[in-house]
Amino acid sequence: MMRFSRFKTVAVLLLALSGFLYAMPSMLSPDTREAIRKGIPSFVPAWVVPHQAIVLGLDLQGGSHVLLEVDTATIIRTQVNTLRDDVRRILREEKIALAGGIGVQARGVNVRVSDSAERTRLMGKLREMALGPVLTRGTSAPTMELVEQPDGLVVLTLTEVGVNERVRKALDQAIEVLRRRVDALGTTEPNIQRQGIDRILVEVPGLQDPRKLKDILGTTAQLEFRFLAETGAAPGDVENMPFQEGGGNAPVEKRVIVQGEDLIDAQPAFDSRTREPIVNFRFNVRGSQRFGQATTEGVGRSLAIVLDKKVISAPRIQTPITGGSGQISGHFTVESANNLAILLRAGALPAPLTIVEERTVGPGLGQDSIAAGKLASYCATALVVALMMITYGLFGIFANVALVIHVVLIFAMMSLLGSTLTLPGIAGIVLTIGTAVDSNVLIYERIREEHRSGRSMISALEAGFDRAFATIIDSNVTMFLAAALLFLFGSGPVRGFAVTMILGIITTVVTAVTMTRMMIAVWYRTARPTHLPF
Amino acid sequence: MKLLRIVPDVTTFGFMSFRRVSFPLSAILSVVSVAAFFVISMNFGIDFTGGTLIEMQARQGKADISIVREAASDLAVGEIEVQEFGTAGGVSIRFGLQPGGEQGQQQVMERVKSMFEKDYEFRRVEVVGPRVSGELVQSGTLGVVLSIVAVLIYLWFRFEWQFAVGAVIATLHDLVLTIGFFAVTQIEFNMTSIAAILTIVGYSLNDTVVVFDRIRELLRRYKTMPAAELLDLSINSTLSRTLMTSVATSLALVALVIYGGAVIKSFSWAMIFGVLIGTYSSIFIAAPVLIYLGVRNAGEADQIEESDASLTTPKS
Repeated sequence: MMRFSRFKTVAVLLLALSGFLYAMPSMLSPDTREAIRKGIPSFVPAWVVPHQAIVLGLDLQGGSHVLLEVDTATIIRTQVNTLRDDVRRILREEKIALAGGIGVQARGVNVRVSDSAERTRLMGKLREMALGPVLTRGTSAPTMELVEQPDGLVVLTLTEVGVNERVRKALDQAIEVLRRRVDALGTTEPNIQRQGIDRILVEVPGLQDPRKLKDILGTTAQLEFRFLAETGAAPGDVENMPFQEGGGNAPVEKRVIVQGEDLIDAQPAFDSRTREPIVNFRFNVRGSQRFGQATTEGVGRSLAIVLDKKVISAPRIQTPITGGSGQISGHFTVESANNLAILLRAGALPAPLTIVEERTVGPGLGQDSIAAGKLASYCATALVVALMMITYGLFGIFANVALVIHVVLIFAMMSLLGSTLTLPGIAGIVLTIGTAVDSNVLIYERIREEHRSGRSMISALEAGFDRAFATIIDSNVTMFLAAALLFLFGSGPVRGFAVTMILGIITTVVTAVTMTRMMIAVWYRTARPTHLPF
Repeated sequence: MKLLRIVPDVTTFGFMSFRRVSFPLSAILSVVSVAAFFVISMNFGIDFTGGTLIEMQARQGKADISIVREAASDLAVGEIEVQEFGTAGGVSIRFGLQPGGEQGQQQVMERVKSMFEKDYEFRRVEVVGPRVSGELVQSGTLGVVLSIVAVLIYLWFRFEWQFAVGAVIATLHDLVLTIGFFAVTQIEFNMTSIAAILTIVGYSLNDTVVVFDRIRELLRRYKTMPAAELLDLSINSTLSRTLMTSVATSLALVALVIYGGAVIKSFSWAMIFGVLIGTYSSIFIAAPVLIYLGVRNAGEADQIEESDASLTTPKS
């Protein structure tokens, strides 16, 4: 008990001090924090200087949490269509005639080639295509499976691996597109991340109305320029598409002149004559050429500007547009023109996204929750502090000092790790206030017991700490296991609860055991007591 | 100043003989809980059933519940729950899954929102689609089951198997009664409740382990003491700690119930129940169960191995 080495004392005091320092930035104003951050010299790692405030969860600062799921069926369908086009190209190149057409299956295509020499040739080419260049062959599971049936049917299907790889790539691409779109909204610190195989989580703090966010997330933004079909066009080449505004359908040619991927810029503007909001756009070289050629041939015809299978507008081509830029008008409001420009600039999503979960907390509720959480924490601390004092007297005060440092350390670690504080997280902290004193209670009760059974005071103190320690470890490990599993299986705010529980358990062992021990050692050396103060 | 003692210094309660009362009592309560779960069922929140929850605040004055209910009923199908919520002027609307898959949920929610937009401010909007709710049920259940298994394994390593089994029986007892508590009180059962349940599991085990630790210690010290007497002594000597901690934790939780706000309230009530039941079960269930599992033998086996000072499982 007496031997509490100087080194250990210094270490404990340093820990407590740095706890206060790292917890401090949360009390400062954002401007001060920013000033501190800027003041960090470049040769010092940023985390060394406390400047990070605790990150508040969406339930505390208000904001939207939207979970999107990519439409796997569309991705597979697109992929199967590409496969069909590839097979068609190979057949053409190899000059192989087909008995029927190319059959399309759920996850692949099939062709029937009756001539066995041609079939062997086709198989060779297909195998080459399916397996890719020799270099990458064999490094991973095949993405396609090629089967030659005895009756002359050749079947090419995407494997599970192939489908998953497609979905993964599409998701990566979608995340990039969403990031550009959300960034353009100008909100602070949006969080966009992959979740599982086919989902994307978008968290945007401090949004008053999530409707705009959802509009922006849910739009595929596939822009196409086509011709309106002329009367007498073959029905197979024409599809009917609804107008975006005002209802009704328009017959549109299936052939696409230029696609959104050839756009390099889009900006909202006002039409100089009508003062209506419009969107100006610019094509890349390929787009300009195609657009120029089409508009030259089609002077007098009507162009259909199609967004996600809906016709935005159908202007008549007055003169050839060869400069590579143009404008879209279509009864826009300032906001919708701005939105369209954002969507066009960010690019199209590889597949439609569906919202599978949405949680939005208004800023008012967030404020109220913070206030409620604070009040509950203060009140809980006061009650527990009072209980410890009236039960253990001076030792209770030691425990209370350790308790305060315990809470400070939780905040410090959360700031340092950048973990998110949620409302259940606050509940977790309040709960650890209750359980943190458990370690002290265990020690103190043990000391009393040992003292009662006839040990001298100093030996009772020693025995109390030593014997209670194993129990403290055992009981905290079980708590820790439960909290860790909650972290693994919980989601959103509940994870925040697990985080504070886990941190709380770790800091308890340090504060309740080591710090109180140090305080008692110092007290024993200086006060030279003859009996236990409780 | 005279300091407070929740429990007298030396107590000699006969906890073991009380098992003739506590076992049947717990058995009855467990059966009632299971029955309540199947007959009344729990009030599952949208996290698990899927659906929409909207909390809104009247822009001025009081909210008219009946008008809100009527208007919402026209827009959404199925059962609709409209309640006053929180402070004056607060209303919560809850309805289950709407037809039309994932998009269907969004459409109905937007329609309900635009209907009330003028008179109310939206404080919380949650939409959980059919796919996500199914997964939340799965991961929640998996979390609870795995945590019990993990703790069973840990205790088996740290103590003898009898202790692990005793702790798990006590924990399952707490789990069943907590589920009964949710069914009887009809407090909404959501993701936060899963957090409450796992914390109750953690707390109950924590409590049990402290008592078990003492039992193990005394088993080594008093080699000939009859099991019942030894268990009584262990519980009595840890009693002041058991009650002190449960009072401290309950005090913190009472603060949460009173000031923590509506969201945290149900969580806190469940936790208070859990702390009480966890304290009860570690004294009246976990320890007495050890008698039936033959803890005395385990203790003796432990002594033989004690020379190598290891605390790993003895082969008993």
